[in-house]
Amino acid sequence: MKSEILAIACVAVSLRSIVSLYSFSGFDSPPMYGDYEAQRHWQEVTINLEPGQWYTNSSDNDLQYWGLDYPPLTAHHSYLIGRIAESIDPRFIELHKSRGFQSRLHKSFMRLTVLTGDILIYLPAILGVCICIDKSFQSKSLLFSFMLFAAYPGQVLIDNGHFQYNNVSLGLAAAAIAAILHGKQYIAAFAFTLALNYKQMELYHSIPFFTYILGECLAANSLRLFAVKLGITATIVLATFCLLWYPWSGSLHAVAEVLHRLFPLGRTVFEDKVSNFWCSLNIIWKLKQHVLNNHMALVCLAFTLISALPTNITLYRKRCKMGFLLSLFNTAIAFFLFSFQVHEKTILLAALPSLCLLTWWPNEIILFLEMSVFTMLPLLQRDGLLVPSLECVLIYHLICQCFYSETRPSSGQKAFLYISKICLIVIVGASLIIKAPSRYPDLWPLITSVIGCAYLAFFLLWGNFQHLTCKGEAL
Amino acid sequence: MILKKDCFWQLVGISTGLKILLIPANHSTDFEVHRNWLAITHSLPLNRWYFEDTSEWTLDYPPFFAYFEWLLSQVARFVDPRMLIVENLNYESKATLYFQRLSVTAMDLIYVLGVRSCLSALGVVKGSQQFFAGSLLLLLNVGLIFVDHIHFQYNGFMFGILLLSISALIRQRFLWSAFTFAVLLNFKHIFLYLAPPFGVYLLRFYCLEQANVKGGSFWRSLFKLLAVGLAPFVVSFGPFWNQLPQIMSRLFPFNRGLTHAYWAPNIWALYNTADKVAANVLKTASAGPSTTSGLVQQIDHSVLPTITPSMTFGLTIVFMLPILLKLFKSSKKQSPLMFLRAVVLCACSSFMFGWHVHEKAILMCLIPLSLLTLVNREDARYAYILGIAGYFSLFPLLFDIDLYVPRYSFYLSYMGFIAIPLYEHIISRLLGLHIRLPFMPLLLTSTYSALGVVYFFGRYYLYAMGVSWPKVAAPKATATYSSSAKRKRKTK
Repeated sequence: MKSEILAIACVAVSLRSIVSLYSFSGFDSPPMYGDYEAQRHWQEVTINLEPGQWYTNSSDNDLQYWGLDYPPLTAHHSYLIGRIAESIDPRFIELHKSRGFQSRLHKSFMRLTVLTGDILIYLPAILGVCICIDKSFQSKSLLFSFMLFAAYPGQVLIDNGHFQYNNVSLGLAAAAIAAILHGKQYIAAFAFTLALNYKQMELYHSIPFFTYILGECLAANSLRLFAVKLGITATIVLATFCLLWYPWSGSLHAVAEVLHRLFPLGRTVFEDKVSNFWCSLNIIWKLKQHVLNNHMALVCLAFTLISALPTNITLYRKRCKMGFLLSLFNTAIAFFLFSFQVHEKTILLAALPSLCLLTWWPNEIILFLEMSVFTMLPLLQRDGLLVPSLECVLIYHLICQCFYSETRPSSGQKAFLYISKICLIVIVGASLIIKAPSRYPDLWPLITSVIGCAYLAFFLLWGNFQHLTCKGEAL
Repeated sequence: MILKKDCFWQLVGISTGLKILLIPANHSTDFEVHRNWLAITHSLPLNRWYFEDTSEWTLDYPPFFAYFEWLLSQVARFVDPRMLIVENLNYESKATLYFQRLSVTAMDLIYVLGVRSCLSALGVVKGSQQFFAGSLLLLLNVGLIFVDHIHFQYNGFMFGILLLSISALIRQRFLWSAFTFAVLLNFKHIFLYLAPPFGVYLLRFYCLEQANVKGGSFWRSLFKLLAVGLAPFVVSFGPFWNQLPQIMSRLFPFNRGLTHAYWAPNIWALYNTADKVAANVLKTASAGPSTTSGLVQQIDHSVLPTITPSMTFGLTIVFMLPILLKLFKSSKKQSPLMFLRAVVLCACSSFMFGWHVHEKAILMCLIPLSLLTLVNREDARYAYILGIAGYFSLFPLLFDIDLYVPRYSFYLSYMGFIAIPLYEHIISRLLGLHIRLPFMPLLLTSTYSALGVVYFFGRYYLYAMGVSWPKVAAPKATATYSSSAKRKRKTK
C-alpha cells in the first residue's frame, strides 16, 4: 500500500513538473505582466522593505503595480522565497530594477518553489484527507480518491501553469478538513487560521468550520468543559493571528491599511468574465447603472449569507462528518456565485470539498470537476495553456474511466451526464473554431461563464438537497 | 470504486495525452538530426541521400527509414516548408516542433498494435490482473517516454514492429514473422543483434519441423523463408544498388570509439573505470583525449590493453552461443518462453560487449523482458533488477534543469521504488566535487548502472540456461514481489 501511495504521489509530481514546462501568466507581456510577476514583485517588496511598509503606498512600494493584496502569511512566504532567490541571483529581486525580470533560470526557480509547496504541503495534506475519509467512513477507496485528488487538473493548471500558490492555502485547508474528520478540532482551528492568513478567499470555507467547531464546543456536557473547549480554540486562533500580524500590531491604522488591501471595496463586483450570478445578471441588467458600488457590496454579502444559511443550519442541527463535507461544498459554491470581487480561480475553493465527496457521488462530482476547469478555460487560454488544459482534462477523464463504481447511475442521470459533457465539449470546440464577431469580442468567455453559472446553481441546489436528505451518523 | 481490469484503450489514451503534454520538454540534437533527414529526403534525389553531408548529422539509418522520412516530409510540406531546406541548420519553428513531436506520437499507434497483439499471443486473458499490468508496463514504458518523447527519437513504432514480429512467431505464423522482422531491420539495423534468436528459432521450429510433417520438405521451407526474409531488403536497398559501399560506411561507422561520449552501462564502462582508477594509482600521464571528454572518437586506454572492434564482436558472439544452443534444443512446448529469453539475452550480450553502444539500446532488453514478466514470476524478478539499473541509466539523456524533477518522478512512479544513489545531485554538491571532478556524476551513474546490468546479465543467463544456483531470495519473497509490483504499476 505504501509504495502505491508513493507511486501516485510521484505521478502527481510528474504531472505538475510537466505542466511547469509550459508558459505562465504574463509571459513576455509588459508593462503589467501577470501573476508570475506579481509573485516575484512581492518577493522584491518584502525583501527590500520593512514589514510595516509592505502594505503601504510609498515611493518604494507602488501599490498600483501589483501591490500586496493577500494576508500576512503570503507576505512571509514571499519573504522566505525572496531570501532564497537572493542567494541564487540578487538581480531576481533588486528593488525597482528587477520589474518584469524573466529568464530561464528564474522560471525554473519559480516553478520549483511552487512544486516545493505541492510536495511539502498540498500532497501530504490531501493524502491526510484521503486517509481520514477512508478511516471515518470505511470507504476502502483510498488509492482511487488519492489518485483523483492528486491529479485534479484545475489546481495543477492554475498553480503550476498560470502561476499561483493556491496549493499552500488549499493544502492548509485540506489539513484542517482532515483534522476535523479525525476529531482533532484544535489542530483544525490552527490549520484553518493559517489557511485564512494565506489567502482571504479561504473565507469561503470559514462558515462550516465555524459552525462545526462551535457545535463541538456546545455539545460539551458541562459548562466548564464548554468554556475550556471554547477558550482553547479561541486562544489558538487569536494567538496565531497575533503572531502573523505582529509587524502591524503597533497601530490600528496599520491594521486598517492591510485590511483595506485585502478587501478592496473600491473595485468592481467581478473581474473579467466569471461564472457567477452577478456576471450573468449583468448581461440583461447592467448592474453599474442601477446599483452603487458600495451598496453592491452589501447586496452581495446579504445574498451570500442567505444562500449559505440553509446548509449551515442543517450542519449545526445535525452535526456529522458527511454533513460537514457537504456543507463546505455548498458554502463555497454559494460564495462563488454571490460574493463580491470573485475571480475565475476561486472555483478551486469549491473543487477542494467536492473532491472529498468523490467517493460517494463519483459521476456527479467528476462532472463538477471537469466543469470547474471549463469555467477557467478562457483564463488558461489567455496564458497560452490551452493544449495542456485540454490534455490534462482528457487524461483525468481517462483515469476516472479506469475505475467503476458499484452504484450504477440511473438512466435519467446517465442522460444528464452525457448531455452535459457533450454540451461542454461542443462549446469548447466551437469557441476554438468559430471566431467571435467583432461586435462581441467576449462572446465565448461570456457563454462559458453563463453556462458555468447555470451548472454551479444546479450543483448548489443538488448539494443542499443531498445535505438535507443526508442520513449520516450523528456524532 | 474498483479498478477496471480491461482498460487497454483508456491507457492508450492516457499515454497519448502524456506524450502530447511533453511537447515543450527540452529535446536533444536528435531532433535536428531528424529534421535534417526530412530535408534531405524531401529536397534531394534518391541517389544523393547517402552522400549529402551539409549537416554533420548525415543519414545513417537504412533505406526504409529514409523512405519513412520522405513520407513524413510530404505532410511536413503543408506544415512548414522551411523545415525541408537542407541549409536551414538547427531550424526550429513552433510548427516544426509540433509536427515532429506529433509524428512520433502518431507512429506509436503501431506500437499499441504490437502490444495488443503480443498480449493476446501470449495468452494473457483480457480483464485479468496480468493483462492490466502488461498494458501498463508496455504502454506507459518510462524508457520509451524518456527516449522518444523527451530526448526525441522514433523507437516506439520500431519496437511496435518488433512486437508484431514476436507475436507472429509465438502464433506460429513463421513467414509473417520473418517478413516483419526483415522490414524492421531495414528501418534500424541495430536490431541485427536480435536476428540470431529469430534465425535459430525459424530454422529449428519452421524448417526442420516442417521436414517432419508429411508433404513438407526442409529445402522448400528454407527457400520460402529466405524469399520472404530477403524481399524487404531488395525493396529497400534496390534503388541504391550501385552505392552499397557508401551506405555500408554510413550504417557501420567503425571510426567511432569503443564507448559513446556518455558511457552506456556495460562491461566497457567498468573497464574504462578500472583503467581510470589504475591510471590514477600508477600516476600515468594520460595520452590523448580523456575517455569522458565527450568527443566521439577513438580512445586509448592508459593502463589496460586497448580493445578493438573484432574483440568486441568475438565476445558478443561467444556470449550469444550458449543460449542459442539451448533454444535450438528446447522442446516445442517450452520454445516461446525460451525464444523470448534468448531475445533478451542476445540483446543484453550485445549491449554488454558491443562496440560503441548507446545507452538507449538497453530498451532492446527491457521491452521483451516486460513481456516475460507477464508469463513467469521468476522472470519478473529479474526484470525488476534490470529495470532499476536500466531506466536509471537513461537519466543522462535528460540533462536539462527543468527535467530533473520529471525524470525522477517518472522513474519512481514507474518503478514504485526508492533506492536512488542521490550522489549526482546532493552529495556531489555538498562536497563541491562537481567542480573538481566534473565527470564524476556521469561516471558514477554509468558505473552504478553497469554493475546492475552486469549482475542481471550473469544471474539471468544462468537462470535461463537452467543452471541451478543457490537460492538467494526465499521463494515467498518472490511471490509477494511480483503481485505487489503489479499493483504498484497499476497506479501509474
